[in-house]
Amino acid sequence: MSKFLFTFAKIFFIAMKKSPTYFLSFTLILISILVACDKFEPMGPEESELLDGPIEGLSNSESKQFLDGDIAFNDDVFTSQNGLGPTFVATSCGSCHAGDGKGHPFTTLTRFGQSAPGTNMFLKQGGPQQQNRALPGFEPEQIPEGATFSKLTPPANTGLGFLELVSDADLLDIADPNDTDGDGISGIPNWIEPPLYIIPTVNAIVQNGKYIHRFGKKAAAYNLMHQTVNAYNQDIGITSVFAPIDVFSGLEVEPEVDINTINDVVFYLQTLKAPIPRNQNDAEVIQGKNIFNQINCTGCHRPSLKTGYSSIAVLSNMQFNPYTDLLLHDMGSGLDDGYTEGNAETYEWRTPPLWGLGLSPNSQGGEYFLLHDGRAKSIEEAILLHGGEASRSKTQYDNLEQADQSALLKFLESL
Amino acid sequence: MNLKQLQFLIFILLSNGIVIAQIDSTLLKKVQQDTVIGMNMDAVYNRPFIDVGKFPVSLGGYMEMNWQHLGTDGISEGHQFQARRLTLFVASTISKKIKFLSEIEFEEGGKEIAIEFASIDVELLPLLNMRGGIIMNPIGAFNQNHDGPKWEFTDRPISATQMLSATWSNAGFGLYGKYYSKDWMFGYETYLSSGFDSSIINNPENKTFLPASKENSERFEEGNTLFTAKLGLLNNSYGEIGVSYMGGVYNTFEEDGIVLDKKRRLNVFAVDFNTTLPKLNTFITGEWAWVKIDVPATFTQQFGNKQHGGFIDIVQPVLKRKILDWDKAVVNLSCRLEYVDWNVGRFNETYGNIGEDLWSIMPAISFRPTQQTVIRLNYRYSSQSDILSNPPSKTAGFSLGISSYF
Repeated sequence: MSKFLFTFAKIFFIAMKKSPTYFLSFTLILISILVACDKFEPMGPEESELLDGPIEGLSNSESKQFLDGDIAFNDDVFTSQNGLGPTFVATSCGSCHAGDGKGHPFTTLTRFGQSAPGTNMFLKQGGPQQQNRALPGFEPEQIPEGATFSKLTPPANTGLGFLELVSDADLLDIADPNDTDGDGISGIPNWIEPPLYIIPTVNAIVQNGKYIHRFGKKAAAYNLMHQTVNAYNQDIGITSVFAPIDVFSGLEVEPEVDINTINDVVFYLQTLKAPIPRNQNDAEVIQGKNIFNQINCTGCHRPSLKTGYSSIAVLSNMQFNPYTDLLLHDMGSGLDDGYTEGNAETYEWRTPPLWGLGLSPNSQGGEYFLLHDGRAKSIEEAILLHGGEASRSKTQYDNLEQADQSALLKFLESL
Repeated sequence: MNLKQLQFLIFILLSNGIVIAQIDSTLLKKVQQDTVIGMNMDAVYNRPFIDVGKFPVSLGGYMEMNWQHLGTDGISEGHQFQARRLTLFVASTISKKIKFLSEIEFEEGGKEIAIEFASIDVELLPLLNMRGGIIMNPIGAFNQNHDGPKWEFTDRPISATQMLSATWSNAGFGLYGKYYSKDWMFGYETYLSSGFDSSIINNPENKTFLPASKENSERFEEGNTLFTAKLGLLNNSYGEIGVSYMGGVYNTFEEDGIVLDKKRRLNVFAVDFNTTLPKLNTFITGEWAWVKIDVPATFTQQFGNKQHGGFIDIVQPVLKRKILDWDKAVVNLSCRLEYVDWNVGRFNETYGNIGEDLWSIMPAISFRPTQQTVIRLNYRYSSQSDILSNPPSKTAGFSLGISSYF
């Protein structure tokens, strides 16, 4: 090293002595690069074009935990050395949620075995989720004969912390199981007994030991801890102290992910920002928003909800715009796969949040794969595949002038 | 770095100090390089060495040090100072037709220490030489010809280092030889060595990644067999072209006689070339490789069964004269173009193209006060898409480095 420093020093002194003009010019170029090198680096996309990133206003310690969770979620890849599989769906959390957006058919998962509200009858035969991939030397899981199944596209992760904090009381206020207002839309919660490791929220409402669940296509996950533990176990084949049974062997094994990592991932999901809507002053977008209200899409896709108290200050008592009611709705026979979870009927699906919808192609490889299984290749196709409680709104959409339809689609893309 | 590595490092450094303290520098003599134009296969011996009097061992090495400032999608890594590598060569002519050469590399300030090359070469006939030891598999050109001071760029080519696993060496034996006729030279190399393992499709990179096998130090004692062969043809006027192949079973298909999986093969083909354009003196070098791997259909397409990629360097000397105190100083303008598709194919689910493409362009200006030392300033602009072909991440920035043989 000293030889190098000596050589460098020699170059400097000789250069100054022999050719100061050239050398000073070169030095000036180097200094310019050193000072202005940021200017030569690529700009990132606008914040509103990204789904990932933390909520503004996190404390320093919260930001640190967010980063730890970000690494665990997006960078930690599981291999056979650290517990992958041996049967699995994906090798990391980030594989299914690129940029924290919706998933792609490549990582669509398949659940099977429950054809009516209540209990999955195929839990002893590998249910509820098929691990459709396997490490070399192992065979992937097959869906048992006679089991009904549904394919489920991974959802976007953004704003989940807000959704987690909507109080049970608010959800019950929105619910209209008997359609008392006569709009054709009911909306009911999925009441399920949570696993023992779940600690219900302070203001949780309980009915016969069952709690309102809200995450997942059938609203069968109580909170983000429940969702995360299940995803590690069922998607990647990773056991934890909360879910210690290996999906391949059916045996209890040593935890393959530690509690701190799970806590970090849960915190990361809780503190991902809400999607930022775009082009909100565009006349067509405003027109589309009005039509969205007029044809009562808001009956299920409720524009705003509010959070309750949270120990994360920036999430506490906030109004936000997810375009969901977190409740189950009859979506008609066309979307009935014959499979269900918890106490939902097979034709019932939880209203998916529409925020971030327009950014879906950025995480789905430039295309749309919408509805629960990605069968809709455009927003319009997704609307037209609505049935059941959404039939009236769909018919009204169908009857709109083309310009109004276009405005509505533009509004949805702006979310 | 474990204790043994630390002790070894201290031993090397102290030994170096002792040598410097005890030997009269007037006894040190640079070994003249072969005046015949060498082929790529000669790269390991085509290096400057220092002879110490009549001491039968020649010493050499090189070092690389970089500064870089890179940013990706608006997030800058800031100023980074990198002690990339320090490499020591020890060569010895054991007898007229038996030679020994070793190359020990310390990377990232000693974090990684590896014997990259250590072989005994025995000349049986001019066209038939035997080599045994830790050999560098001759796939493409860069794997054998990777010394930092030879290149105008602070970074090694991505396709050569991350797709083809440079600097990839294994315990093995082989034969090589060269044939000359007027302006033509033909060379061949063929080796049997230890090889890859299952980590190439089971690694934290989340993609098929041949260099993952470099982590497996067991390969110097046991493991799968890898066959490597290369043919090279050089014309003094037109340049050199090489075609190479590397292949073998990569997975642990049985253990203790118990069958665990079927035998799965890896096949790699590469073409490399280099030439100097007459009159302009533009030096052009590049290589392109294709990787095919038998990945079980029941595994995940995250780990692709095909990859391809390569690079081309164009180096134009623009100034060749006495600069400052150096009589034969050279200033070069250069550019490297790179492309790698980490996962060639289509998704089973959608039949859409699998992404994971990377391209990079890297203009450079370099100053060579002597042939053996280079100071280089690079600007890289690269784009990397994910497996789904979502909008790619863009990385760009400057790097400045010095690299020299010593």
